[in-house]
Formats: sequence, structure tokens, C-alpha cells
Amino acid sequence: MKMRFHLAGATALLCDIAHGGFDDAAQRRIWVTARAVERHQHVISAIPGVNNLLVGFDGLHTGPGAIRDVIAEAWEAATDVAVPTREVRIQVAYGGALGEDLADVAAQAGLSVRETIAVHAAGIYRVAAIGAMPGFVYLTGLDGRLCVPRRDTPRVHVPRGAVILGGGHAGVMPCDAPSGWHMVGATESILFDVHRDEPCLLRMGDVVRFDPVA
Amino acid sequence: MIEILSTSALNTIQDFGRPHALHMGVSRGGAMDRLAIAHANILLGNARDAAALEIAFFPFRARFVERTAFSLTGASCAAQLDGRPIPSNWAMTAEAGQVLVVPAPTCGAWAYFGIRGGLDVPVVLGARGTDLKGGFGGVDGRAPEKGRRLKAGCSSVPPPGNGGFGLVRGAVLPEDDHTVLRVLPAAEHEAFTSASRTAFGELAWQVTPRANRTGFRMDGRDALRLSRPLTLMSHGIVPGTVQVPPDGMPIIQMADANTCGGYPKIATVIESDLRLLAQTAIGGSVRFVPVDEAGAIAVLREEARALDCLEADVERLRGGLLD
Repeated sequence: MKMRFHLAGATALLCDIAHGGFDDAAQRRIWVTARAVERHQHVISAIPGVNNLLVGFDGLHTGPGAIRDVIAEAWEAATDVAVPTREVRIQVAYGGALGEDLADVAAQAGLSVRETIAVHAAGIYRVAAIGAMPGFVYLTGLDGRLCVPRRDTPRVHVPRGAVILGGGHAGVMPCDAPSGWHMVGATESILFDVHRDEPCLLRMGDVVRFDPVA
Repeated sequence: MIEILSTSALNTIQDFGRPHALHMGVSRGGAMDRLAIAHANILLGNARDAAALEIAFFPFRARFVERTAFSLTGASCAAQLDGRPIPSNWAMTAEAGQVLVVPAPTCGAWAYFGIRGGLDVPVVLGARGTDLKGGFGGVDGRAPEKGRRLKAGCSSVPPPGNGGFGLVRGAVLPEDDHTVLRVLPAAEHEAFTSASRTAFGELAWQVTPRANRTGFRMDGRDALRLSRPLTLMSHGIVPGTVQVPPDGMPIIQMADANTCGGYPKIATVIESDLRLLAQTAIGGSVRFVPVDEAGAIAVLREEARALDCLEADVERLRGGLLD
């Protein structure tokens, strides 16, 4: 699998391996590559996206050419190893104020609201990437029937704790922020707390299950 | 110590942000004009990335609770201390009880109010700057409100005299509508129609009112179009990324850029020029010109060298003033 390199400004490279749909094995290889690359003395950040990797570096001491070689080497050496994972269960109250798109999603999926909840709660999700907002996770494993297009007009304000889906992924709002994803429920789980030893609730590779509560 | 007399929720404590917390989804953050905040700190003998107050909403007023060395850089504001004018890009010492007024800028948009020793707020995830979205850093994750007193950190550097000193030439500010931003092509550059690529480089792009620390929405005569529809998986983005949403009008990611996005990207504004866009007022126009990889790295290194020289010069000057 060949990595395509694109400049993201003078001090970052976007490395893309996407080829069609989401590739789970490639994603694990990206995590391994990211961990190897971020040990390099001039690399500032290695941020896995969904089947891609953004590497930021210190442009005063190195350049895109040298870093491209470092990443390519790490990618070649990276094997699809088993990443240590935990299972994290998140309780969801489906529907309600933070789930106001539930009926709409059900209609688009051709399911009843009850079936939609059952399908969402039956999923076994994986944290593919962390980003966009502090502690936000892109969860893969969303049932194909729930892969509905994003909202035409993003909401300016989606509250923390909203359980959302969009772009073929599931997620949970870690803070109040704009989002174009659909709101299907609410959780009391706190995805990001700067005062915790580990601010993010979830790590890359974690398995996430949603448990419906009344 | 200073006491804030009038301010807004947009005037936040900033520094160089959190480049090492991106993996948690935390924005890099930091000053919208990194060169101006570096100047504010260098003038006072602070570390370049010490915390200072970023002023985006005017007038800003503060009272010095005790004798305090301070600096003002960034947007040109015709500031006054007890009614007496302070030049732009200036450092000086105020006496207890004196009042600083920073009125709306005549040029530029973001001003920096530095304090000798830096503003003393807790370090959170490696920085003192305010992350408004995450609600942390600065003063409890938000702008310090009216009546709030801000403390300075320690410094062994001698303060400037009451008259003070400054830079002959501060960081360049955008004038008229001739601001040129150097850009590198981004991942989807070739996916845009050739007409759109040309339009991107030739048209004047206007800063719309939808401009904040996260992103600047631009407006131009022609919408930018892809040759064919494109669905991208979420990927990391950086401040300076020029995204093109379906309406064809570019959004440029600024200091509080989201760490991931999904829109096609036509270009990236180089780090050194992003401050020029930040300082362009709403309604002002910019143009984009291409630069190559080597050219962009050279600009970055030249800017770092210039800051090193300035730091050494200011140190010599300070020694000379004391002799």
C-alpha cells in the first residue's frame, strides 16, 4: 500500500493511504507509524486521521524532504500489530433534546425509531482517530444503514454529551461546538477533562459500546 | 499587577499555544499574530512565548495597580497612558494608578499588551494561552473580565524607563488592499478545475464578517469548483489551511484551527504570512501567490534569524540605557 505525501504548509506533511472505503488494517498500521515518527527529534506532532496521518515538524532544523523519508521508512517498517485496546461502555439516553435528529435518521435509513436505536446500540465501534475538538473521537463500525449524509446546514451549537453520527462515523460531543452531524441521544460520559491525568476518555484503538438507558 | 477596566469576551490571554497537544484534538491556539506577541515579549526581555493579552475588541482599558513595565505591539492603536500618547511597538514603565487606554486600531486588528515577566496564569497542557473552545487555559478558560486583576510573573531583566523605547519598524501591517499571502498547494489543489485554480491566484479575496480565531471565511467573485465531486475521510489540518466547502468560498483556518477536517483543501498560507491575514480587517482584500517548498522554508528561517537579531539588539540597548 503506497503512501501519498502532500505538503500541509512548509512544516507539515499529510500522508494519505485512503483507497476507497475505510481500511481497518491500514488504520492500525498508521497508529504504529505515528508512534514511531513522533520519536524523531524534529517531529512536533503525528496526528492520525481516518486512513491518513498528519506530521508536523520543526522547519528551522529539518525540511519536508527529510521528514518524508522518515515517515516512509516508518510506514514500511510498521506491521499490522495488535494495538492494546480497552472496551469502554457509554450509556446513552436515545432521543430527547440532544437526540432531536433520531426520527429523521430513522426515516433516511428506512427504519423505525426503535430499530434505529437497536442498530446503533448493537454496533461494536473502534476509535480510529482523535481530533477536530478536544477529546472528540471518530468511531468506525457504524452500521451501513446509519451512514446517512451530514446535515445540509451544520448546527452552530451542539451541546456536550450529544451522541452523534455523520460521514459514516459515530461520535460523542466532548464540548459545546458547531457540528453538521446528526444528534441521536445524550450521554453523561465526559470525553475530555483537562484536569484528568489523561484528559481524553478514549484512546486510539479502544472498542466502544453504547448501552441504551431510559 | 494590572486591573482590567473595560474589555470584551474576545480579549484573551495568549502565547504560542499547544503544538504538543494536537493529538488530543486540542487546537494549536496561541496568538493570531505570533510575530507581534514575540515583539511584545522581546521588548520586555521575556521569553518570546510568554503570555500576553491579545486585544481584539476596543477600546480596552486597564489600570496599573503597581509600578509595571509593559509593551504594546501589533495593530496600530494610538494608545494612551493617562492621556499621553504611546508610540506603536513600544515598551515603557507605568506608575501605580496610571490608566492605559487602547482605542480601535487605525491599521491592523489584533494588538498585544505584554507585561514584564509575562502574565502569570497556570500552565495547562503545556501552555498558558486561552482555549475558548476547550474552556481551559488563560483565566479559567475564558477572557479575563472587567475588574479582574492580572499578575505578572517574575523577571530579573531591568525594566525600561518611564519614557521607554521601541521598535523603529514593528511587524508589517496590511495596508490598502495590496496584502499578498504566499501559499503552497495543498492535497486537493489539482482536483480543482483549472479555471478555479486560476481564479484562486488572480482574484482579490475579501475577509467577510465571519472571521474569528478559528477561521476566516473569504468572499471572491468566482466560487471555486472541483473537477468532480470528492468525498474525503477526516484528516489533520493546520492553521493556514485553505478549505473549500461546497459553496466554493474558501475558509482559511486560523490559530484555533480544528485539528481535523474533511473539506477539500486548495492551498496552505505559509505560517509567516498568516499573521498578515489575521491583521486584515473585515472587508479588506488579499491575494494569494504561490511559493515553493524551499522558498517557504527559507522565509521561516529568515524570520527566526531576524527575531534572534532583534533579541540581541534589544538586550544590548537595554545594557546601554543602564550604563
